[in-house]
Amino acid sequence: MLRYALKRLGVGLLCLVGVSIIIFVAMRLAGDPTLLLLPDDATEQDRIELRQELGLDKPLPVQYAIFVTDAVQGDFGTSTRWKMPAMELVLARLPATLQLAGLAFLIAITIGLLSGVTSATTRGSVFDQGVRLGVTLGLAVPVFWVGLIFIMVFAVDLGWFPTSGRGSFAHLILPAVTMALNPAAAMSRLSRSAMLGVLGADYIKMARVKGNSEARVVWKHGLRNAAIPVATLAGIQLANMIGNTVVVETIFAWPGIGKLIIDAIFARDFAVVQAAICVVAAAYIILNLAVDLTYGLLDPQIRYD
Amino acid sequence: MTEHHVDMPAETLGAEAGLRRASIFRTLEDWPILPIILLLPIILFGVFGPLISPYDPSAVNPTVALRPPSWLTGDGLSHLFGTDYLGRDVFSRVIAGARASLLVSFFGVGIAGIVGITIGLVSGYFGGWLDTVLMRLVDIQMSMPAILLALLISAALGSGLATVIAVISIVFWTNYARVVRAETLSVKSRDYVAMARVLGCPDARLIRKHILPNVIDSALVVASLQLGAAVMLEASLSFLGLGVQPPAVAWGKMIAESKLYLAMAWWLPFFPGVALVVTVLGTNMFGDWLRDKLDPRLRNT
Repeated sequence: MLRYALKRLGVGLLCLVGVSIIIFVAMRLAGDPTLLLLPDDATEQDRIELRQELGLDKPLPVQYAIFVTDAVQGDFGTSTRWKMPAMELVLARLPATLQLAGLAFLIAITIGLLSGVTSATTRGSVFDQGVRLGVTLGLAVPVFWVGLIFIMVFAVDLGWFPTSGRGSFAHLILPAVTMALNPAAAMSRLSRSAMLGVLGADYIKMARVKGNSEARVVWKHGLRNAAIPVATLAGIQLANMIGNTVVVETIFAWPGIGKLIIDAIFARDFAVVQAAICVVAAAYIILNLAVDLTYGLLDPQIRYD
Repeated sequence: MTEHHVDMPAETLGAEAGLRRASIFRTLEDWPILPIILLLPIILFGVFGPLISPYDPSAVNPTVALRPPSWLTGDGLSHLFGTDYLGRDVFSRVIAGARASLLVSFFGVGIAGIVGITIGLVSGYFGGWLDTVLMRLVDIQMSMPAILLALLISAALGSGLATVIAVISIVFWTNYARVVRAETLSVKSRDYVAMARVLGCPDARLIRKHILPNVIDSALVVASLQLGAAVMLEASLSFLGLGVQPPAVAWGKMIAESKLYLAMAWWLPFFPGVALVVTVLGTNMFGDWLRDKLDPRLRNT
């Protein structure tokens, strides 16, 4: 187990390094920052001086080394648009994103698990058919479209919720439900098939014979054995949520990291793009690592190779 | 991508299912009827768009701006899906959007396929340090959410048709590489491959003639399963303003533009959204069908 954990940790670190290289290269390809930072009438001499000041005259590997050394200390440079340290901006937006992703995750897990398991225990019923249709649609509808339709119906027409922004709890509902839709469908499909695989097993029959209530048989004996794939998917979904915030936050003008990335890309504010994507990618890698390690703990049969 | 393969020939699975099901279901299993019904209009729009389109999709006509669908107001068939804030015909724009959507996803998934299959074959066949390096590369790329990678590439290369195709190729090659590598490993250990090698068949010929034909089915399944995701990614990028640029029309962009008119024009986001759902649903279902047909072992991917 320790060996496996160390190995996974090594791969995780390698991924962090790899992602930092990808981000670094992408930002260098994005164009000459001196064209953005200096006024149009700046002389060539001004540009050369600014390049020297920013360290852009050094060879690329040296630039990368400087980028990593600074990044490890939390220094990603200064935002050209907001005139403050990029990392500070990102951290200020973090709570909003975590709040949204957290609630969306809770909704997705609850709806996905309840509908999936009930669908498996009532296989072939109208409810089961309905859930399967819902899952097929839920995996095919674009998040941004559902978000707009929700705004149109529940915010504009019915006036139940605010259309966008962050403030009261009511602001949180529409974006969280929108974001939960896709993962809930994936969750429902997986827990249905995992439960179907388990329900025919001998120990389930045994649990029934022993006189356990049906609910106890399903939710305790059944779900515990279906838990491994479901828990794995839940972890992956939580990690994916962080990526999906970009689209959902844009629709609902939710002031989180996703919206920040988009705004920064359009403002060509590369320090902020760099800092925000680094934070999100690091969170994604750490979450995936946590999933892998938990997976090992949950299932003693798993081989660590 | 799962390690728990059920090694059961496809014919056995099919026969078993066929015995239990009514004939209509068997027809549905033999032919992808539903996906064809869903995708046929989209493909027709994409290929023959300019011939079918009732108006020029970019033609501005302020006198008919923001009209609801004509059949609702008793105006016959003049503007089936209504008009937008510039008086452009939404139906014509939905038709034009099919072309961008299909073009980008087909080319993106195709290029990703060529790259991914090649890397998967090389990685699985030669093994050793090359395999380790290539698979770590896959790990690194997969440790980044697809949409973030897409945003980074768009930020680096600027937006446009070529960028979106590049984004999709880069995001999707890793899945092919993993699946093809795993298949190559299993094909490589078969007797006829060992025999061919003993007879002095060169590596390149062996890969092309003996291994590739055996892994191509799985690669096709991966391609069809990824097509829906590619359509979705293209739409998300154009929704965020990083997709194809005007005069090209994209469904995602149409939906984004409708945001300002949500209170008065429901048809602006509705119809491009439906087109998008139909396309993704159709390709997903076609992918599922192809997987069951060609390679039931991939069921968990």
